[in-house]
Amino acid sequence: MSDLARSQNQETFVLNLGPQHPATHGVLRVKLTMDGEYIVEAEPVLGYIHRMHEKMGENRTWAQFMPNTARLDYLGALSYNHGYVKVVEQAMGIEVPERAEYIRVITVELNRIASHLLWFGAFVLDLGGFTPLLYAFDDREHILDLLESVTGARLTFCYFRFGGLYNDIDDDFVTGSRAFIKRLRKRMPDYHNLVTKNIILITRLKDIGILPGEMCRKYGATGPVLRGSGVDYDVRKNEPYSVYPELDFDVPVYSECDSMARYMVRMDEMEQSMRIIEQALDKLPAGPIMPEKVPKILKPEPGDYYSAVEAPRGTFGIRVVSDGTNKAYRLKLRSPTFSNLSLFGEASQGMLLADALALMGSLDLVIPEIDR
Amino acid sequence: MMFIPEPLRLLAFVVGIIAFIALNAAYLVWLERKVAGHIQRRIGPKEVGPFGLLQPLADGLKLMSKQLLVPKGVDPYLFKVAPLLVLVPAVMSFVTIPFSENLVARNIDIGLLVIFAFASVNVMGLLLGGWGSANKYAVISAARCVSQNVAYEIPMLITVITMIMVTHTMNLNEIVMQQDGSLLNWYIFRLSASPLMPVAFLIFFTCSLAETNRAPFDLGEAESELIAGYHTEYSGMGFGVFFMGEYANIIIGCSLATILFLGGWQCPLGLYPGWWWFLAKVYLLIFCVMWIRWTYPRTTLWGLLNLSWKYLIPISLVNLLLTGAMIKLWPLLKTFLMGAS
Repeated sequence: MSDLARSQNQETFVLNLGPQHPATHGVLRVKLTMDGEYIVEAEPVLGYIHRMHEKMGENRTWAQFMPNTARLDYLGALSYNHGYVKVVEQAMGIEVPERAEYIRVITVELNRIASHLLWFGAFVLDLGGFTPLLYAFDDREHILDLLESVTGARLTFCYFRFGGLYNDIDDDFVTGSRAFIKRLRKRMPDYHNLVTKNIILITRLKDIGILPGEMCRKYGATGPVLRGSGVDYDVRKNEPYSVYPELDFDVPVYSECDSMARYMVRMDEMEQSMRIIEQALDKLPAGPIMPEKVPKILKPEPGDYYSAVEAPRGTFGIRVVSDGTNKAYRLKLRSPTFSNLSLFGEASQGMLLADALALMGSLDLVIPEIDR
Repeated sequence: MMFIPEPLRLLAFVVGIIAFIALNAAYLVWLERKVAGHIQRRIGPKEVGPFGLLQPLADGLKLMSKQLLVPKGVDPYLFKVAPLLVLVPAVMSFVTIPFSENLVARNIDIGLLVIFAFASVNVMGLLLGGWGSANKYAVISAARCVSQNVAYEIPMLITVITMIMVTHTMNLNEIVMQQDGSLLNWYIFRLSASPLMPVAFLIFFTCSLAETNRAPFDLGEAESELIAGYHTEYSGMGFGVFFMGEYANIIIGCSLATILFLGGWQCPLGLYPGWWWFLAKVYLLIFCVMWIRWTYPRTTLWGLLNLSWKYLIPISLVNLLLTGAMIKLWPLLKTFLMGAS
C-alpha cells in the first residue's frame, strides 16, 4: 500500500500516537506516517520517562540500588530483583540457601502470572473488549494480597536480599498460594471461552502481525514474542539458574508467528507457572533463608559480571563492572521490551492502524522498562 | 385525544418526545453503567442518590457547566452544527413511532420512510463533526463512520423492503395492528410470510447496531485506536448532545425492531395491549445491545465491511426473493391444502 501511495504521488500524513494515547499504556510516542489507515512508516520515540537508572547504579552502593530494580518493569518487579541479586551474588561468591531459592522461584512465578494476567486484560482492552480486564484484575488481586503478606509491597517489590530473602513465608502463604492456583485453574477455561474462542478476537489476531523468527533474532526480541515466532528459547531452560533445573515444566512455543501465537504463549505460560509453583511448594525445604555470613559492606572483586533471568517479558540481562569499591563502576541493564519494541517499526509497515495496535498490544510493552 | 386542538396536541407531543429522549439518554447511561458493572462483577454507580440514581443528573450538570471549547483551527460553523445534526433527526424520527394505538404524534402512511429519511442524516453529523474538528483522529473516524453507515444501510433497507412487501404498508400503526393476537402473529414468527423471518430480524438488529456505532461495531469511537473518534475535540454539552443523539438512535433502532418484528405494543398473549408492552420490548432489546457491548471485542473495519457485503447483503437479498415467492406461492399452497382436506 505504501508503494501504491508513492507511485501515485499521494499525500501521506503524520499521526502522533502518544505520548498520551490510550493504546500505548504509558508515555510512549510512536510517530506514524500514514497513508489513509495504512502505516507507511512507524518510528517509536522514547525518552519521555527516562530516569537514568544505569547512572544511578554508579552512584549508589550495591544495596541502595536494590529498589531501583523494581521500578524498571513494575509489573514483573520480582524478576528484576532476582536478576540483580543474582549478579551481585555471583560477583561476591555468596551461596544462597536452598529454601530461599525455592521461595524466590515461587514468588517470581506468582509475579509472572500477575503480569500475564494484567497483560491479558489490557490486551483485550486494546481490542475493544472491556470485561476481561476486570476479571483478570480480580484474579491478580489475589496474587498481590499473597505477595503483600510476605514482601510488604503490592507493586514495587524489594523482597530479595544478597544471599537470600528479606522475609520467610508462612503456612498462610503456602495454603493461600495453593488455593489461588486452584482458583485460577478454574478460571482459565472461562477466559478461553470468553476470549480465546471468540470469533471476533480470532479474526483480529490470526495471521496478523507476523513476526518471523529471523526478524526477532535481528532485533534481539526475547520472551513470549520470540517463543510465539517458533524459537524455543527460555533462559530458565537454556541457561538454567536458581532451582529451575529441579522443577518439571514445559516452554510453550508456537510457530505461527502471528499475534495469536504470542497470545497463546502467554496463556500457556500461566499454566506452566502454576505447575512450577505447585512443585516448588511441594519440594519446599526447611532451613534458613539467609546464609550465615553476608558482609555488611559489599566490595566485589574487580571484574566484569553478567547474569540473565527470564522476566515475564523476556530476557532481562544485567552486567556490572566492579572496581572493588562499594559501588558499581558501570551497570548496564538489558531490558526485554526495549528490543521487543524496536522491531515494531519494521513489522508494522504496511499494516492497518487497528492491526498495528493489536500487534503492539501483543508485544506487552511496559514503558518505564524501555526508558530506564 | 380527539377534543384537543391539533397544534396543542403536537406541541404536547414534541415536548413529551424531547423529555423522553433526554430522560432516556440520561438513564440509559446509568443503566449502561449498572449493566456493565454487574457483567464485570462490580456494583456500578452507587454514591449519588439511592442506587446511584442521581448520577445522571450530576453528570448532566457537570457537562452543562463546562466551557464549550472551540479549538483553534476548527471550522467553527460545522463544528457547532454537527452535534445538532445528530440529535435533531433522531428527535424527528420519534414523531411517527407509535408507543401505543393512540400514543403517536403523527400517524402517517409513510412513517417507515420518514424514519429512514431522517436516520440517514445522522451520518452527516458524524462526518461534519469529524471533518470540522480538524483533528486527524476525528477525520479517520468520520471516514470510517461513513463507509460503515453506507455498508449497513443497504442490508437494513433490503430487510425493510421485505417487510413492506409482507405488510403492504409503511404505516407503523397498521404494521403493529397486523400483529395482534398471540405471540405467533408477530412477524418474527410469521414463517408463512418467509421462512427466513427470524434471520431477517437478526440482520435488522445487527445493522441497527452498526448504524448506531455500537460495539462490536464501534469503530468510529474506538478509544484504543482513535481516542474518542469524531467527538475527540468536543467538550461539555457539545459532547453531551452527541451522546444524547447516540442513545436516541439506539432507542429508535430498537423501537423499529420492536414494531416491525416483535409486535409493537401488542401483548405476547393477546391481553391488555398498551404502551407498557412497547417499552418493555424496547428496553429488553436495549439491554441486549448493552450485553453485546460488554461481552465482545471490537471488529476491524475490513471485518465489518466483509460481514456486510459478503454475508448480510446476500442473505437479505435471498430473503427478499424468498418472500416474494412466498407471497405468490402461499395462497396457492393454502388452497391446495384446503382442497386436499
